[in-house]
Amino acid sequence: MAAPPRLSKMPISPRRRQSTIKGYLVGVVLALVLTAIPFGLVATRALRPIQIFVVIGIAAIAQAVVHLRYFLHLDLKPSSQNKLIALCFAGVVLFILFGGTLWIMFNLNYRKM
Amino acid sequence: MLGKLTIDALPFYSGIAMGGALIVVFAVLGVVALVTWLGQWRYLWTEWLTSLDHKRIGVMYVTLALLMLVRGFIDALMMRTQQAVALNSDGYLPPGHFDQIFTSHATIMVFFVAIPFLVGLFNVVVPQQIGARRLAFPFMNSACLWLTAAGAALVMISLVIGKFSTAGWNAYPPYSEAQFNPDVGVDYWIWAVLLSAIGSMLTGINFLVTIVKRRAPGMRLMMMPLFTWATLCTNILMVFAFPSLIVAAALLGLDRYLGMHFFTDGDGGNVMNYVSLFWIWGHPDVYILILPAFGVYSEVVATFSGRRIFGYESLVYSTAAITVLSLVVWLHHFLTMGAGSDVNAFFGRAAPLIAVPTAVTIFGWLFTMYRGRVQFTVPMLFTLGFIVTFVIGGMTGALLAVVPVDIHDTTFLVAHFHNLLIPGALFGYFAGYQYWFPKAFGFRLEEKWGRRAFWAWIVGFCLAFIPLYILGFMGMPQRLNRYYDPGWQPYLIVAECGALFILCGIIFLAVQLAASIRNRAALAVPTGDPWDGRTLEWATASPPAAYNFAVVPHVHGIDPWWAMKQAGATAPRPARFHDIIMPDNSSAGVVLGAMSFVFAFAMIWQIWWLAAVGALGIFAAVLSQTFRDHAEHRIPASEVEAIESRRILAPALVSGAPT
Repeated sequence: MAAPPRLSKMPISPRRRQSTIKGYLVGVVLALVLTAIPFGLVATRALRPIQIFVVIGIAAIAQAVVHLRYFLHLDLKPSSQNKLIALCFAGVVLFILFGGTLWIMFNLNYRKM
Repeated sequence: MLGKLTIDALPFYSGIAMGGALIVVFAVLGVVALVTWLGQWRYLWTEWLTSLDHKRIGVMYVTLALLMLVRGFIDALMMRTQQAVALNSDGYLPPGHFDQIFTSHATIMVFFVAIPFLVGLFNVVVPQQIGARRLAFPFMNSACLWLTAAGAALVMISLVIGKFSTAGWNAYPPYSEAQFNPDVGVDYWIWAVLLSAIGSMLTGINFLVTIVKRRAPGMRLMMMPLFTWATLCTNILMVFAFPSLIVAAALLGLDRYLGMHFFTDGDGGNVMNYVSLFWIWGHPDVYILILPAFGVYSEVVATFSGRRIFGYESLVYSTAAITVLSLVVWLHHFLTMGAGSDVNAFFGRAAPLIAVPTAVTIFGWLFTMYRGRVQFTVPMLFTLGFIVTFVIGGMTGALLAVVPVDIHDTTFLVAHFHNLLIPGALFGYFAGYQYWFPKAFGFRLEEKWGRRAFWAWIVGFCLAFIPLYILGFMGMPQRLNRYYDPGWQPYLIVAECGALFILCGIIFLAVQLAASIRNRAALAVPTGDPWDGRTLEWATASPPAAYNFAVVPHVHGIDPWWAMKQAGATAPRPARFHDIIMPDNSSAGVVLGAMSFVFAFAMIWQIWWLAAVGALGIFAAVLSQTFRDHAEHRIPASEVEAIESRRILAPALVSGAPT
């Protein structure tokens, strides 16, 4: 992988600036909604506990995707190969850490029951 | 008005605590008086505190680390002295005070000595090694420095106002919960750790982006110097590991402040969840501390053997392998939790696997020295001392990975991790400090006192920790305030002698620094390349200009500066110089650090109005920096040319290292 050229300071065109701001606003709104759902569920106890756990988990993953997409501008275009490698590595690490934690904790729970 | 803060927070309860508090207060007043007397406040503010120059920030990081090393070592000496005398007696420290000391010793050594030291070395060296003029995010770098310094200041002020945590450096619940520990000690720990951890995580991002994006043209990943590789791997670990610590400490804070139940015994909390989250950070952190030292050793061995590093690629791959493996072994820090044998077997077997890439690395260094012309300079002495003692640490680690063996939680464990972190990390930082000191300041450190410091450190290390291995086999638990077995005392007295040797080592390092500053004319390195170096950082002037490289060099292989010297070229001098754009100084970093200190202090003592002031201050500092549109200045080509022509160019291959 060759070192990329230095980025020069380019003035941002008005059109691009607008689209960027729009992207950030969409991201903020989505993030707020995805935060409100779990809090609302826990406060109202609208579902059964196990269902609430599942919804919280899904909202958390969606939250991460929203951050990556709207704030870090990560997409799956082939031009961003570096980002893709980083994302895959992050996926492996998260699998190790989350999977490992679940394994450890359920194992412990089983033995302490 | 003042929350939980009353006059009782002052340490009137004990003469020793009062003495410590007075020393801190007088040291701070002394420094303030000295700077005022010298009339250097303006210089300090404009040239250092507000600087966004990564070299200056690096020097400030290392200064912080060395100051905190003294504090952390005094804690160690007090513990050793207590254990040497506490046979069938209370010794001179009451139990609560002893517990504070072992907690603050470890917290300081990990968060405020090791981390600032290695980040300081990154700052001074890495941009120059990759041919960059600045970091990717210069302001964030300054903010991280001041966040770390604010955390250190919290630990220091806990000596004067209130008490520090007694819950050990890992603050395991349930003991660290409000129910058992209603005092502010654990809150001091939480906030100091939070500030430092946020700073470290952001530093990891900063250097990761810098190394990926700002390398000199032609420098491919497999041409980067090994210290840069080690930094890259460390940064990856910092980015992935520190969030886990931040979450663990923050959830513990929520338990304590808002009565939540993440880690409590009742109401659905789970203590082991904290332990697991803590070590998801804690184990990678061991490698965050050790990998940069490995990087230093690689540079030192190659330079002082006069040879290209042996097996460059295998060293890169083993560094990467250590990085990934360090993420899959965290459970070996709590093998005694009571997990099933399948879980214990997996983590117990994964742990010794790290020995494989580590051994590859060590053989790489040995084969570099083999048939090389080894010069026994001070950095090289620290490297050799590391190789010999680290092997013992690795062996005892393999022993600790055996799940049923009955030495977990004894002084054997204490000896083991000190054996990894003193030779494995601290000796590496010392080697780097000695090796790159002339890079940062333009004169070498004096050799004679450096050698004495090395011998005092290594003898002291062996005397202090080998007895602890034996005591571990004899069953002595760690963190013991008093004991009743007369058979232990001789070993503890030997360990005390070791601590005194280390005290000499620290004094010798201070003497070395003072003597070197006095003899700086004789020790000057006008060519900028005192060791006949190989990597790009020696192609710049020593000390480097603000922009490092007047011309960014093209790189064609590993050891580019060596290749340039072989080709008979000196530092590249272009026909024409260009303007260089550099970031302006910014006081927002200092304000951010100061305000986060105010915020954290107010949160600890629950002074809510002051916390609001601190939070607003943090917000204002970040906002003011964000809205600075012209945060850069242009160094005109004429000035660059003037600076460069003042520089004495290194005649190729003439400069020799002193032996």
